Amino acid sequence: MTSDSGPAIETVDLKKSFASTRAVDGLDLNVPRGAVYGLLGPNGCGKTTTIRLLSTLIRPDSGAARVLGHDVVTEADTVRSRISLTGQSTTVDEELTGGENLVLAGLLRGLRRGAARERAEQLLDAFDLAEAANRLLRTYSGGERRRIDIAASIVVTPDLLFLDEPTTGLDPRSRSRVWDIIRVMVDTGTTVLLTTQYLEEADRLARNIAFLDRGRVVARGTPKQIREAAGNATLRLGLHDPRRRGEAEDLLRRDFGARTSWDPETGRLSVSISEAGLAAEAVTRLSQQGVEVSDFAADRPSLDEAFLAMTGYRATTAEREEEEAIR
Amino acid sequence: MSAPVTPLSDTERSALHRALVSSERPRRSGPVAASLAFAWRALLKIKHVPDQLSDAIIFPVMFTLLFTYLFGGAMSGSPAEYLQYFLPGVVVLAVALTSMYTGITLNQDMHKGTFDRFRSLPIWRPSVLVGSMLGDVVRYAVASTVPLLLGLLLGFRPEGGLVGVLLALLFIQFFTFSLAWIWTLFGVMMRTPTAVQGATFPLQFLLVFGSNILVDPDTMPSWLGFVVSANPVSHATTVVRGLMHGSLTPGELLGGFVACGVLILLFAPLTMFFYNRKQR
Repeated sequence: MTSDSGPAIETVDLKKSFASTRAVDGLDLNVPRGAVYGLLGPNGCGKTTTIRLLSTLIRPDSGAARVLGHDVVTEADTVRSRISLTGQSTTVDEELTGGENLVLAGLLRGLRRGAARERAEQLLDAFDLAEAANRLLRTYSGGERRRIDIAASIVVTPDLLFLDEPTTGLDPRSRSRVWDIIRVMVDTGTTVLLTTQYLEEADRLARNIAFLDRGRVVARGTPKQIREAAGNATLRLGLHDPRRRGEAEDLLRRDFGARTSWDPETGRLSVSISEAGLAAEAVTRLSQQGVEVSDFAADRPSLDEAFLAMTGYRATTAEREEEEAIR
Repeated sequence: MSAPVTPLSDTERSALHRALVSSERPRRSGPVAASLAFAWRALLKIKHVPDQLSDAIIFPVMFTLLFTYLFGGAMSGSPAEYLQYFLPGVVVLAVALTSMYTGITLNQDMHKGTFDRFRSLPIWRPSVLVGSMLGDVVRYAVASTVPLLLGLLLGFRPEGGLVGVLLALLFIQFFTFSLAWIWTLFGVMMRTPTAVQGATFPLQFLLVFGSNILVDPDTMPSWLGFVVSANPVSHATTVVRGLMHGSLTPGELLGGFVACGVLILLFAPLTMFFYNRKQR
């Protein structure tokens, strides 16, 4: 079958507008099979609209999108039978128990009642939710809810799973659990399209990453390429005398090969350096030169900083578009 | 990053692995199976949140008592006589009023992520709507049985006997299913449940009270009598009354089914049109 070779997702000049906002504006994507593909970007960059287009919830205004070799408009039903969606907001029923949600998902995927029950039990065990099986979903914690949501998506193992910000709002423990689940899924042959606002998440899971801004891909690369561009660590510096900023930036660029940028919101200088160990040295050197540092912190590069490193400009944030897309 | 992280144990990992590998790919579920699955979902919701049934009990009781004793004397000389005329109608009235919730719950549902999942499934599109309407059968059954039992207690004597009454209840189910397509249309068109309620309430009021449920249209000015007689609720009430009293004519029965057919043919496609338009 031709649909079983070739990329998992392929879009050409895909466009979708809501009223006057262009949520997706000429998107070209090529997602290979059998790995996690990360879509990164700030709120309003078009991540959710992209997922909604690819999972056949909305139709593109123009351009083409093929999912597993099938057109999302003309072969929507074929696409639907091979994908699964875990949306940003909970896609399971609040007024049903966890077990009932999974049985319902199984029935709707064509399982008979007995088979749907067995499958639900198997998944509840695998997702460590056996004890929560008979509780109504509205009593679930954020992490449990996410897990049941993902479980409902794989009642019948999909070829392609859409995960729209699966760990937003989760505590670190639940987050790492979801990551583990995603890894096992990819091991068993499922392709995952993951959207996230966390650089770390894409870094840990994805084989390829695309940065989205204003509805199009503005940069792409492997996690390694992004780390190389953005630096391994970011040093955030406050200066006693902000007027000496220029002097500080010159020194850091010259002696440490660092890329620097001024964040007007926090009034701090962001310095990306290749090794975290150099951070202390940089601070010492600055004071030796008489540029006094009022405070500093070493951190991983943020999404914004990686974005800046990859594209050369700051990402735009427009929450309105995304909200419109969700409606 | 220094947060305590507990990775999956090896047993958990292999359980997960097994769960993912072992899944079969069944044939997709047909229209009937999908609709029944959604009906089951609606029944579960009633089971877990039974408060939604309280309206189906309180209002019918209120209306039966209120109209029988408040209006009965003035309308037919005595409450007992009025009850004979009015009770089959109040059963229709009670069910018609509760059917509004179909539109409201549908609207609430549509704005949750749950519906996204449903719409990304390879299932017959209308099954979501048909299924939740089938689940409403329980609510309608409660809303029709309560005034009937109360009426029997107050002295209502159906001349059509048990069979007549049961057939009448069955017809009410079918009629309400037909009528509910109007509310589902509002449900898919409007943005909020409050807007749905605001739009459906006046219409519902007109349909229910501008009918022959409370008053015989013969007593009205001829133009009004004509409008009231054309109301689908009037046709349905005539059938219910005829079945309960054993006086139904074939013409009346036909009128009732035509009214149901018109409602479905008019509002079901419109509802589906607006429902599908949500994906553009």
